Amino acid sequence: MTDPKTIDPTTGLDRRAVLKGVAAAAGAAAGSGAVTGFPTIWAQNIKDVTLRQFGTGVSNLNAIADQVKKDLGFTLRMTALDSDSVTQRAVTQPDSYDIADIEYWIAKKVFPSGALQPMDVKKIKYYDQIVPIFTTGKLTPDSVVAQGTAPSTVGFVEGPGAKTFAKAPTEWMTLIPTIYNADTLGIRPDLVGRPIENWKDILDPKFKGKTSILNIPSIGIMDAAMICESAGIIKYGDKGNMTEAEIDTTIATLIEAKKAGQFRAFWKTFDESVNLMTSGEVIIQSMWSPAVTAVRSKGVPCVYQPLAEGYRAWGGGLGIGKNVKGLVLDAAYEYINWYLSGWCGAYLNRQGYYSACLSTAKQHMSPDEWGFWMEGKPAASDILSPDGKVLEKAGAVRDGGSFEERMGKVACWNAVMDKDRYMVRKWNEFIAA
Amino acid sequence: MTGRLAPYLQAAPLALILGAFLLLPLAAIVAVSFWDYDSVQIYPDFITLNYAETLGSWVTWKTYLNTLKFVAIVWAITTVVGFLVAYFLAFHVRSTTMQMVLFLICTVPFLTSNIIRMISWVPFLGRNGLLNTTLIELGIVPAPLEFLLFSEFAVVLAMVHLYVLFMVTPIFNSLMRIDRALVEAARDAGANGWQTLTNVVIPLAKPGIAIGSIFVVTLVLGDFVTVRFMSGGQSASVGLMIANEISLLQYPAAAANAVALLVLVLLMVAAMLRIVNIRKEL
Repeated sequence: MTDPKTIDPTTGLDRRAVLKGVAAAAGAAAGSGAVTGFPTIWAQNIKDVTLRQFGTGVSNLNAIADQVKKDLGFTLRMTALDSDSVTQRAVTQPDSYDIADIEYWIAKKVFPSGALQPMDVKKIKYYDQIVPIFTTGKLTPDSVVAQGTAPSTVGFVEGPGAKTFAKAPTEWMTLIPTIYNADTLGIRPDLVGRPIENWKDILDPKFKGKTSILNIPSIGIMDAAMICESAGIIKYGDKGNMTEAEIDTTIATLIEAKKAGQFRAFWKTFDESVNLMTSGEVIIQSMWSPAVTAVRSKGVPCVYQPLAEGYRAWGGGLGIGKNVKGLVLDAAYEYINWYLSGWCGAYLNRQGYYSACLSTAKQHMSPDEWGFWMEGKPAASDILSPDGKVLEKAGAVRDGGSFEERMGKVACWNAVMDKDRYMVRKWNEFIAA
Repeated sequence: MTGRLAPYLQAAPLALILGAFLLLPLAAIVAVSFWDYDSVQIYPDFITLNYAETLGSWVTWKTYLNTLKFVAIVWAITTVVGFLVAYFLAFHVRSTTMQMVLFLICTVPFLTSNIIRMISWVPFLGRNGLLNTTLIELGIVPAPLEFLLFSEFAVVLAMVHLYVLFMVTPIFNSLMRIDRALVEAARDAGANGWQTLTNVVIPLAKPGIAIGSIFVVTLVLGDFVTVRFMSGGQSASVGLMIANEISLLQYPAAAANAVALLVLVLLMVAAMLRIVNIRKEL
């Protein structure tokens, strides 16, 4: 009996040999340049490519990998890690990935280490349609660039080998922006018992033992800064780049609140924040938008509360590892262009994030969805999540309103400070106090 | 010739494994602890700044004291509880079959993961958890007890729950080796129960207590997951401090801290081995 896997029963030919022949022919065609003007000539063997991507659970979703396989033909293997592990992997294991899905404030640490290669904007098909927040830093021509590590300030370098950031847009981009959002406090409207309007409300003694902030120093310090400024304790020169004196004042305020028993717990992962809120251990805390959705989907009321002082924003993007070249590099660009081409953008928008290329995402969303998520209009019918669950009933309006209202009120971006090392040491004092 | 070579060949596999997977990484950690770093990279160097920063900060001392406090409390509780359980198994349960059955029951919790066993305390102890709800419905307390969860009480409770078996097993083992004739002799010589316990049983159980103590002390010193989850991130431990430093890419600082912790662990184990000569007793 012959092995059915290798021998074709009708011709008796070794199937693998036939495939090899086809591949060789395709390679020869590609090499000879016989076929020109066809951008996906390498598509003959593109199916062998596996792009290795890693990032946080926020955007490393299996649905995206499945769609990539369907639309582009190659395999995208994703690894979802927590924020800290993402930074570590990006810097210390540059050979273990092709695509780094990282946040802009992390890029400020990762890029100078030389772990990523700048991307040629000429190869980015939808570059011109990227939201200007990521190129000029201004949502509208007359808006000001927010404090902190604004994506535009770490978005470009001068040339292919450069490790320092350019002040204005150049041809070389560090990350291609994919996802971003404006963060604020999450509250339990049924338990707080009064309207919440300012960041300082988290310090209200009425909520003693029922509040929480996140224990990721680079992000937590920004929330703390919003709280301190709102409470009138201090006015910062730049919340995202504090002086040692400003850090001292901020941490002292936090320690005082901790000693007075203000906090119930500090959370570090998405799930922890969801559990704290769902169980009622905490009624007002720093929170991420999908965590609020997760609490609500358990039938527990939770509001992503817009506050007078504005939002703390974050943005993420895709970077290419320094050692990626050849066919894999082509596939990486193809993937990034696909990412901006709409399907993915619509998928992210439907989760409450924003996509970097709104014009293409719009084509993949219904007018009602677009109205609800992007224009702050009441939903005409039930709003579904990408996996088909009802997120909001008809008539609901999104917390914080339209895209312009939310992203236009960004007070600061997640940041890495010049005094990073000092800040982390002080933050540890707060946690140990 | 072969006669002289044989013992070295026999020892070689373990020596190689320990050399490659224990000594080399340790040497690397010690080396890195003297390197310099910033928020982006670490630089090969020889500076003592990492140790100066680690040992010169009150945060470190407070964290070490806090960790040692957990060690002392958990050790005391697990020793008492572990001894009582082992004593019951060894001296009160008569049949060997029953002893084994009961001992196996003790190990049942190990069929689930450490983390699951720890996390399951959260819904039990929470503000609206099972315990608080029960207490309030029975009218025992008027309002939920806040100290049950996200507190040092919760940390100690979870650690005792997780580590008590590491004390039970070696003590049980020691107690089973005690010649029952010695207990009878003590009784014949006129000793009462307490005197037999303190003069015969406990001294003979010392090796077991020492081995159990080494387990519990080293486990608690290195445990950061329990401290983080059960204290709600409000309490610090040395392990947590190291984990934080690693997550912020401060490898040299983490290495310096790890070396300091290693020295502390070795000192504590050495102290315990001075009190009891385990090799002689086994």
